[in-house]
Amino acid sequence: MNAIAGLPAKSFEVKPKLDESGTPIGELLEISMGPHHPSTHGVFRMDVVLDGETVVKLKPVFGYLHRNHEKIGENISYLASMPYTDRLDYFCSMTNNWAYALTVEKLAGLAVPERAEYIRVIMAELTRLQNHTCLIGFFVQDMGALGTPMMYAFREREKILDLFESVSGARMMCNYLRFGGVRVDVNDEWIAQAKQVVSAYSKFLDEFGAFLTENEIVLARTQFIGVMSSAQAVNASITGPMLRAAGVNYDLRKVDKYGIYSRFNFQVPVGEHGDIYDRYMVRVLEMRESIKILEQALRDIPAGPVMDRKSKLRGFRPKPGEVYGRVEGPKGELGFYLISDGSPNPYRYRVRPPSFINLTLLEDMCLGHRISDAVVILGSVDIVLGEVDR
Amino acid sequence: MFDQLDQIFVTALHWLVGFVPEAWRPLASSLICIAFILSVFPAVFSVTTIFERKGIGRIQNRYGPNRVGIPFTKIRLAGFGQFLPDGVKMLTKEDIVPRAADKVVHFLAPVVMLIPVLLAYAVLPFGKNMAVTDYDAGLLFFFAVGGAVEVSVFMAGWSSRNKYSLLGAMRAIAQMVSYEIPLILSAVTVVMVVGSLNLNDIIAHQNQYTFGVAHWHVFTPWGLVGFILFFIASLAESNRTPFDLPEAESEIIAGYFTEYSGFKFALFFLGEYLGMFAIIGLGITLFLGGWTSPVAFLAWIPSYVWFFTKLMAIVFIFIWIRATLPRLRMDQLMNFAWKFMLPLALINILVAGIWHYMAADWQRWLVCSVIIFGAYVVLGRGLMQNQKFGKRIYRYAE
Amino acid sequence: MIGEQIIKGMAVTAKNFFGSYVSKERLTTVQYPEEHLAQKENTRQFPFLVYDGDDWETGLRCVACQICEKECPPKCIYIVKSKDKKPDYKGQPQIYPVTFDIDISVCMSCQICVEVCPFESIKMDTKFELSTADRFGGLLLTRDKLAKPNTYYQAIHPQDAAESDAVIAGEKAKAEAKAKAAAEAKVKADAEVKAKAAAAAAVAPMPVPAPPTPPPAPQ
Repeated sequence: MNAIAGLPAKSFEVKPKLDESGTPIGELLEISMGPHHPSTHGVFRMDVVLDGETVVKLKPVFGYLHRNHEKIGENISYLASMPYTDRLDYFCSMTNNWAYALTVEKLAGLAVPERAEYIRVIMAELTRLQNHTCLIGFFVQDMGALGTPMMYAFREREKILDLFESVSGARMMCNYLRFGGVRVDVNDEWIAQAKQVVSAYSKFLDEFGAFLTENEIVLARTQFIGVMSSAQAVNASITGPMLRAAGVNYDLRKVDKYGIYSRFNFQVPVGEHGDIYDRYMVRVLEMRESIKILEQALRDIPAGPVMDRKSKLRGFRPKPGEVYGRVEGPKGELGFYLISDGSPNPYRYRVRPPSFINLTLLEDMCLGHRISDAVVILGSVDIVLGEVDR
Repeated sequence: MFDQLDQIFVTALHWLVGFVPEAWRPLASSLICIAFILSVFPAVFSVTTIFERKGIGRIQNRYGPNRVGIPFTKIRLAGFGQFLPDGVKMLTKEDIVPRAADKVVHFLAPVVMLIPVLLAYAVLPFGKNMAVTDYDAGLLFFFAVGGAVEVSVFMAGWSSRNKYSLLGAMRAIAQMVSYEIPLILSAVTVVMVVGSLNLNDIIAHQNQYTFGVAHWHVFTPWGLVGFILFFIASLAESNRTPFDLPEAESEIIAGYFTEYSGFKFALFFLGEYLGMFAIIGLGITLFLGGWTSPVAFLAWIPSYVWFFTKLMAIVFIFIWIRATLPRLRMDQLMNFAWKFMLPLALINILVAGIWHYMAADWQRWLVCSVIIFGAYVVLGRGLMQNQKFGKRIYRYAE
Repeated sequence: MIGEQIIKGMAVTAKNFFGSYVSKERLTTVQYPEEHLAQKENTRQFPFLVYDGDDWETGLRCVACQICEKECPPKCIYIVKSKDKKPDYKGQPQIYPVTFDIDISVCMSCQICVEVCPFESIKMDTKFELSTADRFGGLLLTRDKLAKPNTYYQAIHPQDAAESDAVIAGEKAKAEAKAKAAAEAKVKADAEVKAKAAAAAAVAPMPVPAPPTPPPAPQ
């Protein structure tokens, strides 16, 4: 793995320190921060070898939540895979749906009406807001703040989830997007409520920021810890806020310009040092940019149909071919690779999970730091086990 | 009339002891005082656990426990009866001792934690004439006994034969030993100014009023800084956030008492909280005037009411801090103790000396405040900016 | 100055503490089970079958076309068709499901069965307090437990029910119009045939019947 990332290859054997006569000094402590743990985000295990309190070796072990998503995708129709994509990254069901719908639309050549595109952007940015809110809540919880910021974050997140529920019927597993549009239309009452939620959000971010952004303890715990350089990040195909915090300006909304993102006026924050504090701040600034996009989209949404007339629910057989579609999810680049052979089920259905790939550099980021830092670094990678294990 | 109310416990004690023959009176008096301490402070502990859960709940915008009032009835009492089922739960859980553990040490560790803490209550004055004993070296006794608590932490961690417990115990010892020093040094300033180690003398020194405001030590520059240092050090001594790394739940589950269950866990818990009350009690005695009232016109309120009010107020501030701050990492904790608190405590001693020898007018206030404030700012900068911590500006791409 | 931001953070916490006694914006807890959150109109939990009228067996809209069974992603629906037929809401004889089981421990509430049903017969319910102590059959809902009246559907999802009723009314109207048009056309066609026959009879004389052929002489 290190050879791939362009770093000097490390042996996976950990040798204890030896003194002049060759006898080992001290002992290494091997701990499994196991799947049952209050602060690994889901069923995730880290086998850590410690020298005192310093991490000498770290091996992530996952697969505890593997649910055969890709194999199931080969056995059911394209539409029936849509609810399963909700459950990949279970915080961000709307962007998962969008990545899948985008890919299938590319495969089948469907067009999306304009109102549906606006609705998709609104839903994706709301998803980004609530995901990052969750994350900054968990993040300070990992540092030991006993859940107070987490409670405030979840209180705000519920307002967004209420919006999702009133339009699609479910808070998190929305199953809302379809190939060629969205399932149902949003009405004016919903738009008014969404505007209200978005306008209250900046105030919450200010209060939260005053609480934590310059708190000395948070600064001491997160600055210059878990540093990842931009060369390392690019070599290991890290994407998303982690990549931008390391200093690389790469946001798929600006690069691919999928959907109608080219119409909106927003900026991409880029960090400098690549440490935990940068990742946290990049996400907070991204939230503010999302609020800007949402205000523009909610203001400009046109009237019209929300579903492409050519798309059909049943008997959907796209032409044979292969396609890769990707969106900028809140965690990184979420991609779907589909190979169709003309039948109602895909021949190959592959998900590019951003959390899984972002975990590649966990060991390199944690080496040399203390075990308390390992927990906070894991929190800043922002993994969701549903996506890592699929 | 208020004077009688103030001395009601002392009169009750004398009345009870009067039933016993002359030779046995000191023993009877001690036993009754011990019974008093053993009944009052665990009750305060129970109420504190409920206040803590409800307080943290309200800070986190949720209800704390609010259903259990009187068990077996539907009377809710806003949840204040929660400690009864919790106590029963702790007592009835299975007492698991790991097979590889060192049984004797494992058994003794909670006991060794609890006994010194209870001993420390012997010198605290809860009200006027209400200290159990009147040692001339009361302060020294308190610190000596408090140091024994650290042994029990290590006993617990070592005897469990568990990696997590060992890590927790190592951290706990390092933390407690490092924070004893600022704790004691900040108490030394009080001793210097008062001239005695006797806790009752220290309170008597604060029991004077000018313009209706008491001479509490916290109202002086060195006293204020001393109190803040004492407060932070007592947070660290009781293993409360932000210094609760030894029991960091999100990393090492429960630290040195991972392997304890049932009644032994309850004893640890009790010992920790009683230690917290003892140290807060000492802080109140040294800096906040003990059982005296802050303003002269409220001096009719009984002294023990003042003591417990101040105790609960500081406990609330402890709870507030616990709900707000994340915890410090181990080496940062140590840095903070040795590189910030220790120099500040030493400079505080210097300032207390200057205070004692300068004439009592506005110049000594100015000189002392300037020295202390300057030291605080310089040390603070040294701690933070040495590693280039600080606010950052982020750039946007395109 | 060190400690300043920590004090600011504590001020925020204090604001929340006092705010939680005063405003419902801060303390958003709903004390279940004594209080319940108002459910949104569109909320979906598990499917149910709609029937018109009072008798669920005759009024069941489902015609056992098995489209929902095929499209269900986790395959939680099991349908057995009937051998006989009964009239549906349009008056045409249709088969009906003898067995219609949904295993709600498998169902993932994705609503695809509702979307693909052409007969407005399966809809999403809003009940979620369905825990049971029966591990082996308690979560398998059979036809009788699934069938609920249209009035219930109108109560839980007023807007969707109105749309669904409109669709059904439209279908009914179309079917009636077609039947009426067919009846009228039939009447017209009959009349035409009769008229044609009468006209033919009036114009052409009756043809003289041919003499019967004598039987062959026996030899």
